Amino acid sequence: MAELDIDAIAGSSWEGGVAPFATNTKKLGMWLFLLSDSLTFSTAILAYAYVRLSSSNWPRPFEISPAIVNATFLTFILLSSSLTMVMAVAAAHRNEIKRAVIYILLTAIGGIAFVVLHLMEWFRLFNEGVTPWANKWGDPLFGGTFFGLTGLHMLHVSIGVIYLCIIAFGFGRRKFNADHVEVSGLYWHFVDLVWMFIFPMVYLMSVNLKG
Amino acid sequence: MSAHDATAVETHHSPTKKLFLWVWFWLLVLTGVEVLLAYLRLEPHLMLILLIGLSLIKSALIVAYFMHLRFEKLGLFLIVVPTLVFCLTMILIFVFPDSLRIVRMHP
Repeated sequence: MAELDIDAIAGSSWEGGVAPFATNTKKLGMWLFLLSDSLTFSTAILAYAYVRLSSSNWPRPFEISPAIVNATFLTFILLSSSLTMVMAVAAAHRNEIKRAVIYILLTAIGGIAFVVLHLMEWFRLFNEGVTPWANKWGDPLFGGTFFGLTGLHMLHVSIGVIYLCIIAFGFGRRKFNADHVEVSGLYWHFVDLVWMFIFPMVYLMSVNLKG
Repeated sequence: MSAHDATAVETHHSPTKKLFLWVWFWLLVLTGVEVLLAYLRLEPHLMLILLIGLSLIKSALIVAYFMHLRFEKLGLFLIVVPTLVFCLTMILIFVFPDSLRIVRMHP
């Protein structure tokens, strides 16, 4: 089955006028952007691993409650918002415009909840004296990597919320079609995917071993 | 023939709502396992290997089903995933031996 498809595509693409990846240009462009963005996050996480490995007093400050419980709840919010996003894409492809817009807006609300809860955690840490350049537990770079990684991710979530609101508005007024919704969904799932690495690497690997 | 191809290309096989709910459920279960590992306070090396393995499974689930890559043409998979694996391998080869050398230099 798969071999047959590839033969058909490969044979016809040389004649011109056929999409070799069987998608529209928007989707291919988004995949290429996500490829480059995943390298950005990978290098950030690898830089974190590098400084952590080469430090002799890297702190492990997070208790199960409240830090890990809070981060687990953030994971739940992001995963559920991904679920509402696939529902939005499915509804958009079935041309159920009202349902699709509601699902996109639910996804955006999930994103807003994520950013608000995450910022509350940041301010709790600021009050404890944890900043990007200092903390009371050990290596000052801990703050730099923590706020750098989670901040870069939070920036992506915030941009995603704005993107989704624009898509919801445009799709509701029939200015955008289902392909636009699907491409915005790709971006949103990618933001979710990145958190699947930041959550274990930044939070779970820093659980306080003595607690 | 070519006109038929162009329209056939647009309609692709789509997964159902039930499948999405199952993927979401398993992602939550794997997250639960990760938190349980943190609660058990395993030895860091073992913990790191288990967490990276679980994260790779979770990201594969998201990419394959939520991002629909399983149902796309193989060509799209081939330009995205091997490229990423190659770049990450190059970074790991050139960065990590140095980092591990610094560990051994600690007093």
